[in-house]
Amino acid sequence: MKRNLLSLAVAATCAFAGSAQAQISDGIVKIGVLNDMSGLYSDITGQGSVTAAKMAVEDYIKASKSKLKVEVVGADHQNKPDVGSNVARQWYDTEKVDMIADVPTSSVGLAIAKISADKGKLHVNSGSATADLTGKACNANTIHWVYDTWMLANGTGKAIVKSGGDTWFFLTADYAFGHALERDTEEVVVKNGGKVLGKVRTPFPTQDFSSFLLQAQASKAKIIGLANAGGDTTNSIKQAFEFGITKGGQNLAGLLVFLPDVHSLSLEKAQGLMLTETFYWDLNDQTRAWSKKFAAANGGKYPSMVQAGVYSSVIHYLKAVDAAKTDDGTKVAAKMKELPTDDILFGKGVVRADGRKTHPAYLFQVKKPSESKGPYDYYKLVSTIPANEAFRPLSESDCPLVAKK
Amino acid sequence: MPMSNASPTVFKTQSFTQQWVAFAIMVLFFVIAPIWVYPIFLMKVMCFALFACAFNLLLGFGGLLSFGHAMFLGTAGYAAAHAAKVWGWNPEVAVLFATACSAGLALVAGTLAIRRQGIYFAMITLALSQMVYFLYLQTPFTGGEDGIQSVPRGKLFGTFDLSENLAMYIFVLTIFLAGFSLIWRIVHSPFGQILKAIRENQDRAISLGYDTDHFKLLAFVISGALAGTAGATKALVFQLASLTDVHWSMSGEVVLMTLLGGLGTLFGPVVGAAIIVSMQNYLAQFGAWVTIIQGLIFVICVMAFRRGVIGEIANWLKKPL
Amino acid sequence: MEIFGIPSQALFGQLLIGLINGSFYALLSLGLAVIFGLLNIINFSHGAQYMLGAFVAYLSLNKLGINYWLSLFITPLVVGATGVLIEKTMLKRLYKLDHLYGLLLTFGLALVIQGVFRNEFGSSGMPYPSPEVFQGVFNLGFMFLPKYRAWVIVVSLVVCLSTWFVIERTKLGAYLRAATENPSLVQAFGINVPRMVTLTYGFGVALAALAGVMAAPIYQVSPMMGADIIIVVFAVVVVGGMGSILGAILTGFGLGLVEGLTKVFYPEASNTVIFVIMTIVLLLKPAGLFGTQK
Repeated sequence: MKRNLLSLAVAATCAFAGSAQAQISDGIVKIGVLNDMSGLYSDITGQGSVTAAKMAVEDYIKASKSKLKVEVVGADHQNKPDVGSNVARQWYDTEKVDMIADVPTSSVGLAIAKISADKGKLHVNSGSATADLTGKACNANTIHWVYDTWMLANGTGKAIVKSGGDTWFFLTADYAFGHALERDTEEVVVKNGGKVLGKVRTPFPTQDFSSFLLQAQASKAKIIGLANAGGDTTNSIKQAFEFGITKGGQNLAGLLVFLPDVHSLSLEKAQGLMLTETFYWDLNDQTRAWSKKFAAANGGKYPSMVQAGVYSSVIHYLKAVDAAKTDDGTKVAAKMKELPTDDILFGKGVVRADGRKTHPAYLFQVKKPSESKGPYDYYKLVSTIPANEAFRPLSESDCPLVAKK
Repeated sequence: MPMSNASPTVFKTQSFTQQWVAFAIMVLFFVIAPIWVYPIFLMKVMCFALFACAFNLLLGFGGLLSFGHAMFLGTAGYAAAHAAKVWGWNPEVAVLFATACSAGLALVAGTLAIRRQGIYFAMITLALSQMVYFLYLQTPFTGGEDGIQSVPRGKLFGTFDLSENLAMYIFVLTIFLAGFSLIWRIVHSPFGQILKAIRENQDRAISLGYDTDHFKLLAFVISGALAGTAGATKALVFQLASLTDVHWSMSGEVVLMTLLGGLGTLFGPVVGAAIIVSMQNYLAQFGAWVTIIQGLIFVICVMAFRRGVIGEIANWLKKPL
Repeated sequence: MEIFGIPSQALFGQLLIGLINGSFYALLSLGLAVIFGLLNIINFSHGAQYMLGAFVAYLSLNKLGINYWLSLFITPLVVGATGVLIEKTMLKRLYKLDHLYGLLLTFGLALVIQGVFRNEFGSSGMPYPSPEVFQGVFNLGFMFLPKYRAWVIVVSLVVCLSTWFVIERTKLGAYLRAATENPSLVQAFGINVPRMVTLTYGFGVALAALAGVMAAPIYQVSPMMGADIIIVVFAVVVVGGMGSILGAILTGFGLGLVEGLTKVFYPEASNTVIFVIMTIVLLLKPAGLFGTQK
């Protein structure tokens, strides 16, 4: 009740203040950061993403002197699509949230995308991996930031094959995401002249990979591709180290690895791992400065690319809201695609018709302990993939929004 | 000593006025509440209330603790979601179909489990539920981690569009009241009396000539079927069927709801479901606290509050509720 | 040489790994079997107590500098003591009631313990280093076996066999078993039955904690590490025969081997295989493989 009166008052004041704000629903732009606050991905997203979103709001309003009133709320979806859907529905129906950001875990991301489209709101996803968000599940109210499975497969897969890793064995988490990642990477490997010697589907989730790693070892493939994420990835890397897999001459390719994962593994176990990310705190002066500010507000933990993505996407969102003079989801989405992006974290990029944001991707290799100067100094840059090559070309997209000419 | 503490057979008065009053209060609440409370939340409460009532039929009145009831909730959820989305069936047909699937599963599971009692029975139901979980994790039609999403609510009887929240609410309310009334009827029927007898002293019931296995199996199937109805309805409300509904923690939750509300009472599970669902909703942002509080409620209920909320009220009134 | 399509060397490697996993199953189900066999209590918090063992080891290393070797002895004592506390304050009052209440109580306790730790430590695992002397591998020819994992098998066998021996072959064990059958008669002989019951529960919990300390260097020390393994351990105990110590040990090791083989030939089913076995066993021999009808 109170909130209704308040927003009425705000709306009334706004009506007097000028037409620029008359079309912002309830006078407040409300951003909901929905992610995993207590589980597997809480370090990669979690409270840190909420911090990133709040930083974005502050920085944007300071820099642009915008008169927007913005509120940021957060919630935990526990990596479950039903919990996530519930929160999203309640947020949109009763709590006047206008945009939902972050959302790791592809199954939840897909659910949120659909609900946002049904209700005419906006979903800017930084956390999910599935390329289907800009493929067959795309809609006019969903924008996909940071990364996706296609980029991961092409970034890591292609670069490794070209550098000599031409025989592969896959350790695949036995669920939709793992299968998709394995399928996309296998395609890339084969296309670039490599061979897949074998694959094993590991039940999801698994604690003990020893048996599967032995099978990988027996295959004598040069590269063991880890088509899994989160705890599965860190466990397989830890145990590969324990069983001396890398000493035997094989290398691990982490198809989805984040900086916090490497941090929890320690360089001793993760060294030599090849991975692709679209953001790293030590890339340039701007990323360094921002990351230090972020770490100070985040308990000393450096940002993952997802958290950086939340920051970047919220800034672009607010820019679009101001330009479109409304917070109506569909209209702002269109405006976000219209305006080119340029931020301190991801550089220059574009939001395409299918909702895919493009920016450069980077192939990294994890440093040896001797090469690192301190905590979080973990990556050395191997190569940069330009924005127009890093993501699936529009011509190959099966998104219904993209008219096939 | 059987688990339920409510023993209505001791009471001299056989009038059930207090139950009718409680029923009226419950109906009134669910009819009026949507004005103030988010309807989707209320629908969730009703679905879980029906699930808990179905579970209570087996445990509170039948004395059989099943630790695998999630397999019925989940199976029906997937069946209804698949029927509505892939085959395009009307919602009422989807729910009936899903209930039938649940009943079938309950028949199979029950036949395997009824042979044993007590702890062994609980363990078998748990094992079967785990197998069902891993089966659904693998099979493509369930969508695995994604679940079956974007389930259309469809048109009831081909005419009433259920994507309208009001129409959906009436649909869910009707199903809930129908299921509840069915359980009420069963409890007060001769069949219900025999179940209670079996719960109190199975050997004596056998010596009286009752084929106890037959009755227990029937109770198990009815319980499983109604749990399925709850699951199917829930899948349509949220337009999503996911693995959460088949996970063993869901089986634990329904035990909690029933225990908290009052084992062996009619209205207990409804209250228990309402409390637990509300708690999960309002404490969602506190993540792990929900688990801690649920654990504490279990401990407190077992140690000091065995009758549960409605059970205590019934005890105070000296009449069954 | 190939057996069933995979080279025999690879097969031996898998079997060895299966044996290692079996050691954990055996250790864990031993504690559960002791508690159920002798006390008729279903200890659903066994998984949480396993996790407690790992965490106490982790915390005592990081906060108090207590190393792995000391932890092996201290941690089970500490966690066992909490078990004793639980039994004295709560479980004791439930003995007169239906056994299922004990199950529900321990289930609730498990939720509380796991919730508290999840709140404090999040869900991702904490690293725990394996002791120096066990770092590195044995080169067995067909695989590299991490030394620590070999140690696990040794400890598990020693603990399991000595427990079995104490319970089945010594006077103390005889008293325990008698106390289960007929507590009042045994009490009449002057034996403090309630204290024995309390200590037995504590011992079972201590076994779980020991398994946790052993697991810490291999698996991530995480608040959820007990939650999913507990269901498997229950299945093991049920298959072995709920009162039988030997049954639990043999089934634990056996399951490890069967799971190991399943991972080679049909990995997707490796999670389910124990439940399938359990259902079959319960249909054919309801008391379990080594159990006696009670």
